Amino acid sequence: MTPPLEIRNLTLDYAVDGGAAQVLRGVSLVAEAGKVVGIVGESGCGKSTLALAMMALLPRNARVRGGEVRLKGEDLLAMTPNQQREKRGQGIGMIFQDPMTAFNPVLTLGRQLVDFQSGLNLPAALRHANAEAMLARVGLSDPKAMMRRFVHELSGGMRQRVGIAAALLNRPSVLVADEPTTALDVTMEAQILHLLRELRREHQGAIVIITHHLGVVGELCDRVNVMYAGEIVEEASVDALYHTPRHPYTRALIACDPAHLEGQVRILPTISGRLPDLRNAPKGCAFAARCPMVIARCHHEPPPRLQASADHSVLCHRGLE
Amino acid sequence: MRSGARLDPMGTFGAALVVSFVVIALFAPWIAPFDPVALNVTKKFASPSWTHWAGTDQLGRDTLSRLIFGTRTALGISLSSVGMAGAIGLVLGLIAGYGPRWLDGALILVFDALSSLPMVMFALAVITVLGPGTTTLIIVIVLVSFPGYGRLIRAQCLTLQGADFIQAERVMGASHPRILFRHLLPNAVGPLIIVLSMDVPVVIMLEAGLSFLNLGVRPPTPSWGNMLNDGYNALRQSPVLVIAAGVPLVLTTLGFTFLGEGLRDLLDPRLKGRLPR
Amino acid sequence: MLQALRVRAANWKHVPRGARAAGKLGPLMLIYTVKRIGLAAVILFIVMLAMYAMVFLVPGDPASVALGPRATPALKAALVERMGLDQPIFVQIWRFFANAATGNLGYDVWSNRPVTELILQSFPSTLFLGAVSMSWALVCGIALGCLSVVMRDTWADRALGILSVSFISVPSFVIAIYSLLIFSVWLGWLPAIGAGHPGDFPSQIKAVILPAFAIGITWVGYLARLVRASMLEVMEAPHIRTARAFGLSESKIVLTYALRIAIVPTVAIVAVGFGSILSSAVFVEAVFSRPGIGTLMTTAVAKRNFPVVMGTVLFMTAFYLFAVTAADLLIARLDPRVRDAFRG
Repeated sequence: MTPPLEIRNLTLDYAVDGGAAQVLRGVSLVAEAGKVVGIVGESGCGKSTLALAMMALLPRNARVRGGEVRLKGEDLLAMTPNQQREKRGQGIGMIFQDPMTAFNPVLTLGRQLVDFQSGLNLPAALRHANAEAMLARVGLSDPKAMMRRFVHELSGGMRQRVGIAAALLNRPSVLVADEPTTALDVTMEAQILHLLRELRREHQGAIVIITHHLGVVGELCDRVNVMYAGEIVEEASVDALYHTPRHPYTRALIACDPAHLEGQVRILPTISGRLPDLRNAPKGCAFAARCPMVIARCHHEPPPRLQASADHSVLCHRGLE
Repeated sequence: MRSGARLDPMGTFGAALVVSFVVIALFAPWIAPFDPVALNVTKKFASPSWTHWAGTDQLGRDTLSRLIFGTRTALGISLSSVGMAGAIGLVLGLIAGYGPRWLDGALILVFDALSSLPMVMFALAVITVLGPGTTTLIIVIVLVSFPGYGRLIRAQCLTLQGADFIQAERVMGASHPRILFRHLLPNAVGPLIIVLSMDVPVVIMLEAGLSFLNLGVRPPTPSWGNMLNDGYNALRQSPVLVIAAGVPLVLTTLGFTFLGEGLRDLLDPRLKGRLPR
Repeated sequence: MLQALRVRAANWKHVPRGARAAGKLGPLMLIYTVKRIGLAAVILFIVMLAMYAMVFLVPGDPASVALGPRATPALKAALVERMGLDQPIFVQIWRFFANAATGNLGYDVWSNRPVTELILQSFPSTLFLGAVSMSWALVCGIALGCLSVVMRDTWADRALGILSVSFISVPSFVIAIYSLLIFSVWLGWLPAIGAGHPGDFPSQIKAVILPAFAIGITWVGYLARLVRASMLEVMEAPHIRTARAFGLSESKIVLTYALRIAIVPTVAIVAVGFGSILSSAVFVEAVFSRPGIGTLMTTAVAKRNFPVVMGTVLFMTAFYLFAVTAADLLIARLDPRVRDAFRG
């Protein structure tokens, strides 16, 4: 059965001052129907670019060097712009990180929600009713009034709910949430996570959650991909990742998560060092400069992808130790 | 400003034009072949020839010499009046931005009121009262321009006052003059200079226009506007005059505008979109 | 005024978050409208005061100023009495305002005709010229702006950019003179003088072509650049990416989602530009000997006819403030953030 979303060996770079920054380097992942896949990584690891690539919404200075993005088996990147446009909305839908800037400020929300259903051949009245129903479904009271509001009149949590409603309107087979709670405060974050948990039970397609927050991953995901410097360094089920992390970066991330700290500490743990400059991608392992388990090989040879178990892979020379 | 940043080609071209005209204005008496006010009625409306490269006007005066001296008029009036307006606007803007609220409110109303008048209309009103002439012209230009500069400086002051480094100075007990002169002034002056340089061509055009209407520089002082008027009156007899008079006017305003745009692109792209007056 | 508009338009960035009762369109707009009109009225008042005060700043008595140095004592006395110049200052000012409020702007010193009548006679011609100039400049400017967005970074775009800057810098009356020379004197296609004959619309159109061209050409360049810059900025915004993410067609995005926002600064500029157009009209009317406010003013200034000049200035200022206020209201209608920022 073809998975709703499959990315094979995607490599792309951005043309920037000083050369080409290799933002994605051979990324592969799969999102199964009915499951939630998480992509975790720090800022700059390429996860937002990955999200944009999934929808073929890359900026003008992006160059795809190789690989495919397959929606239900069809390669999105090989299509013409018009075909790509048709796929968006129904084939794949997105919840954006900052709902304030995601919506047009001078048009009412209702107008935008109706416009966003353009792919479906429905009369306007029906689209309006759909939108109202979806607003109610995401927990907003008085959907009728909400349709006439502008985005700046709403609170952050309400805006994000509208964002989720918009993404669900077209019943996409893949739903991508790019940092859905990052712009929200803790209370709203809890509410949105609760909503997303409810929705995952109903949603029959695949859900991809992109975040830097391990807690969100733990709450919502079935499987997790850990990203670093444009590569997937570890991929496993949530349980396996938390209990038996294999990649040094994953281990460091988990160790740094304040939720995991036992007792009081005087100094919060961090990962020292910085992301490598992607304009000159390192020859060996990208994490070598910061890795506590580094050996000589790591600097010269790119790490192999090893299987720790049937459904747990890790990109590291010492991944099986 | 990034190190190594340079003026774009358009700005450099503008700078070249501006420098040329400044040189012409400074060295006019040595460059001009004839005395600009020397009459020779027998030779009126002569066609361009090797003696008179641009011909003569209705009183037999050499057009080219008058054009050259006209540069002095144009640049002299525009640079001095814009400079004065800038200085006044700077002082008032600092007072408005930094002084007591009531004074700020009053000054704002003054600025708004003065800039609500269409520029030329206001100029004409002042000329009616004071009579046409070069002094009046300068007064008019200063009055018309300073509110805009005052507002700019005031806005800069207000923005800067919220900045952390100003707050830090206050906490350390810095006196008002110190804050004003060492911090606010240097930061506020930058955008002002750019805006001033972009207003010079506008003022040159205003002077030329008013002189064209015989309401600006009085004859026989050569001014491109006056010459355009002479040429206009003699359009059917001798179009040479009117064509010649327009050329330096267009080139000067073009040069200053290109230079101003280039400077602005270099130093502060946020100012894009100033209104032509 | 432009700065004030800009500051207001920029205020939307600082609109505090948090739920707001959306309210109905009615009460909010009403409050905003009242505030704007009030502000305009105050400014007009100050301008009138300043104009009137100027007469007293001039050396010599106002009657000499008005009548010029050739006036006989008898003429001056008559003027003083008729204009009430012998009354205390405050009485004079009060009378002036009271008169102006009822539409009486004084009398022409030379011909004794009411100034209001002179203005109303000349204004339609200038208004026609201004409207035609602005209209064609808007149409061409917006079209060229959108076109250069579509073709951005090509040589055509760059050439257009340079042309735009060039045309901004050339004075409109110089263009007027040159086009007069070329199209009227040399080619004889279009009339050089006047505004056509009343009742004969085609002749009026022919007469307005060159003047409107001269005034408008400066604006085409400016508007094209403004629209281009505005559109480029808007097209980079995240919400445009959202619209694309939901599969909207590019034309719908450009026309409905982007242009609607990008047009707002254009509206502000157009209103303020009316003042600039009126200024240009003064010169262009002189070049083409067109009857209108410009000619009215320039002849009055030459003859030191102060009541006419002052009355005209006040009238034009009021008109200009009206245009700017109307534009502000239109902007609030187009961009709800500006209106809401003014609530606070």
